Amino acid sequence: MAEAAKINRLNMTEKEYDGAPSTMCKGCGHDAISASVQRAYWESSIDPRKVVKLSGIGCSSKTPAYFMSQSFGFNAVHGRMSAVATGANLANHTLMPIGVSGDGDTSAIGLGNFCHMMRRNVNITYIIENNGVYGLTKGQFSATADVGSVMKGGKVNDIPAIDLAELAITLGATYIARSFSGDRKQLAPLVQGALAHKGSAILDVISPCVTFNNHEGSTKSLKYVKGHLDPIHDLDFVPPYENIEADYDEGTDHEVKMHDGSRIVLHKLGKDYDPTNKANAIQAIHASIAEGKFLTGLIFYNPNRKSFTDELGLCDMPLADLGQDMLQPPVEALERINSDLMK
Amino acid sequence: MLDTPLINDLSICVATENGSGSASSNNILFKAIFKMGIPCSSKNMFPSNIQGLPTWYQIRANADGYLSRKDVIDVMVMFNDATAAKDIYRVRDGGIILYDDSTPLSPTLKRDGVQYIGFPANKLVAKLVPASPLRAKQRNMVYVGALAYLFGIDMSVIKAVLEDTFGKKPAVIESNLVCIDAGYQYCKEQNFKQNIARLEPIPNGNKGKIITEGNTAAAIGAVYGGASVICWYPITPSSSLAESMEYYLPRLRKQVDGKKAYAIVQAEDEIASASMIVGAGWAGARSMTSTSGPGVSLMNESIGLAYYAEIPCVFFIIQRGGPSTGLPTRTQQADISLMYGASHGDTRHILLIPHDMNSCFDFARQSFNYADRFQAPVFVAMDLDLGMNLWSSEPLKLNAEQYDWGKRLSAQDLDEWTKAGKKFRRYFDQDGDGIPYRTVPGNENRLASFFTRGSGHDADAKYSEDEHDYKYILDRLKKKHDTARKFVPKPIIEKERGVKTGIICYGSSYEPVREARDRLKARGLKTNHMLIRALPLTSEVRDFIAEHDTVYLVEQNRDAQMAAIIKDEMPELGAKLTSILVYNGLPVTAGEVVQQIFEAAKTAKTA
Ligand SMILES: Cc1ncc(C[n+]2csc(CCOP(=O)(O)OP(=O)(O)O)c2C)c(N)n1
Ligand code: SF4
Repeated sequence: MAEAAKINRLNMTEKEYDGAPSTMCKGCGHDAISASVQRAYWESSIDPRKVVKLSGIGCSSKTPAYFMSQSFGFNAVHGRMSAVATGANLANHTLMPIGVSGDGDTSAIGLGNFCHMMRRNVNITYIIENNGVYGLTKGQFSATADVGSVMKGGKVNDIPAIDLAELAITLGATYIARSFSGDRKQLAPLVQGALAHKGSAILDVISPCVTFNNHEGSTKSLKYVKGHLDPIHDLDFVPPYENIEADYDEGTDHEVKMHDGSRIVLHKLGKDYDPTNKANAIQAIHASIAEGKFLTGLIFYNPNRKSFTDELGLCDMPLADLGQDMLQPPVEALERINSDLMK
Repeated sequence: MLDTPLINDLSICVATENGSGSASSNNILFKAIFKMGIPCSSKNMFPSNIQGLPTWYQIRANADGYLSRKDVIDVMVMFNDATAAKDIYRVRDGGIILYDDSTPLSPTLKRDGVQYIGFPANKLVAKLVPASPLRAKQRNMVYVGALAYLFGIDMSVIKAVLEDTFGKKPAVIESNLVCIDAGYQYCKEQNFKQNIARLEPIPNGNKGKIITEGNTAAAIGAVYGGASVICWYPITPSSSLAESMEYYLPRLRKQVDGKKAYAIVQAEDEIASASMIVGAGWAGARSMTSTSGPGVSLMNESIGLAYYAEIPCVFFIIQRGGPSTGLPTRTQQADISLMYGASHGDTRHILLIPHDMNSCFDFARQSFNYADRFQAPVFVAMDLDLGMNLWSSEPLKLNAEQYDWGKRLSAQDLDEWTKAGKKFRRYFDQDGDGIPYRTVPGNENRLASFFTRGSGHDADAKYSEDEHDYKYILDRLKKKHDTARKFVPKPIIEKERGVKTGIICYGSSYEPVREARDRLKARGLKTNHMLIRALPLTSEVRDFIAEHDTVYLVEQNRDAQMAAIIKDEMPELGAKLTSILVYNGLPVTAGEVVQQIFEAAKTAKTA
């Protein structure tokens, strides 16, 4: 007899959190992230109808369509999701927004809006699917590409990368974590934590692009195995890959072999790490960069700062639900205005 | 008694430097004339700078109630040395130049045919006000007194204005009054005379009237219209609209528990403010922004998104001089085509075009109904002249029209639909009017949710690049635009049988054209008139042009943008249109319109 599907506190199976079939390349880290996100919502027993999924433009930004079909979704324009989400949050602060974005979307065109969203501490779970390249436009550098990264055509990146986690801490976001797409065990709980957090929760998730992240010298993908990916240089053949999994203990390092044979080192924060200390958090990021590692785990957490809508003091009922009786001032008020304007 | 041929018909121009505090003295002068019951208007011509550049404030007092900028200047208060050499030539023959003779006037600043009245403003103020930065400001009060004496404004009226303005600060009233009185008394002692005009009180002349700016009227309208998410980025001449909302919202939309039934956010830039209102409109709030040309340029991508994804939101555009940073503090109507076709691809938008204070208020309020009804971005197209100058007006009136939320389905609506066997298809033309039904996030019916995107989608909001799906949506959007044609405010038409010449205008050109028509009539040319109040164009526009032999279309831009839209949509009528274009950045005068129409008529005859 088949085992009965597990249900959560809302009596829902994980299947009920499914979205449309993915159109990512086979093995793309983004799909693994969608799976963790879906798992986190299900585990947290969050009603998908209370969730709004927002994104910009890019491969990563397509992914909200691939989980939780019962939620309202919004694929906005390139780089503007943070501002669109801010507006949606103002209109209805009772909804739970999740933003999914690429490193191009967030760290280049959308950097300004992203910064200001964090500065305001807008209540959102914001996931950056960070592959160091522009996937959808076929492999250009993003602003998170490391110095020395080489593009397919041989162009070398010589401008330092933006570290989005560090930036997020500096600008006032209140829950900042980093993880790896294939590390479900770490990622899903980090997403769950973000969902429970009220304020800007930023998850910078390293997510290998199987198709374009094939350059040498990148700390996200070290050595391209010659010959292996040749087919994609001509035609538009994209070879299928298996998703890369990572499972390792807190406080330890873990080397991940990427699709192209390159390796990156992840370092998981241990139990002794205190995420509420801002200076320490920034220090820890700097130290890991110096060691050529990616720090993963909950890097910074501030539960005390009010979210944007709380700070604004909005009424309990969503602005979107206010009727004419609540919105239109009385006629007598207009009479008073008129008499003030007679002076 | 002065020998005064003109009663209550006077244009005063005050030339000063910005940052010198002349705004308050000009305001007092203007309000005193208003309080006397004389119809009056003011035009502030100011530089894009904070201190030290030339600024002119032109007041027109006119018993016949013409409010446009007068073509000639009767009295120039020549208080800015930097522009004096030019300013003396701005005064009409026989007019007056009032200047500060604390130091002798350079002979190069003398001109025949005008009357010079010098008085020692600096010296007077030096006696009254201790040396302080305030002294320069108080110097301006002195010309208020001088003008009051020369033209017959009673000091008691000025006192009343000061009390209205500074009621809670008796010391301020007193210090201003002392300086104004010094100017008045000096001119009286010298027994100065002038022979050009006199202001006389008109009892009840402005009874019930208000004075306000279009930006204020529109801000109040937006509050009454239910704007609840307001995101903006500062830019002249639109900032005062959002700032007015900051002022009025807490006062007008009070919540018992002190919490806010609105959110107003100064965004990081226009891309953000437009994106925010798109997000808010999508999530179901009445959302708006205010900006002007350069801001619209930055907002273009979001405007296209709102159009294609069919999201209600309102853009208040206060036009100024372009291109680029152009003349940021001058007035134009040169962003009409930018607004009408904002964004890329085939886009067409709804524009509401107010022309006076009440329509600024009304259209601001109604714009949210249009946005919700048509699930589209809606533009309220104003300009600096309307937005930032003071206009006397009938009081703002609230019409009884109820909020229209458009085809927005609640969870219960969807239940009923389901029972009736009807399906919710987000982008499907259920009613044949091009307008689909929508649900907003938070609707808990299981069938409510859909995925919004600016990329190709089918009638069910599913991602699609299918050629038929794409064309279906584009054609439906066109149909929706055509439906809007029937709903937008119709033009106001004034016509008499048998008159074969028409004049069309829109927005702030209305007032000068109204006056120009009276002048043309006095000179033997009767005209009919149509005031366009919206885009898309309605059928009345076609009829009006068709009914006339010649139609003059007055616009404040170089390229005849509205004419181009008309010619594009009604090519068969294009030949009847003659454009009258005024685009020097200053508010149009009736004289400019009259002169250009006569010249055009002459050319047509000789051609
Ligand atoms: C205004 C604008 N500029 C450029 C583009 C083209 N564009 C589409 S996706 C993309 C980059 C996507 O990269 P990233 O955000 O890193 O996502 P990924 O595809 O790598 O997941 C760009 C530049 C666009 N859609 N809009
Ligand atoms: S191009 Fe890269 S980022 Fe885009 S779907 Fe393929 S693997 Fe993923």
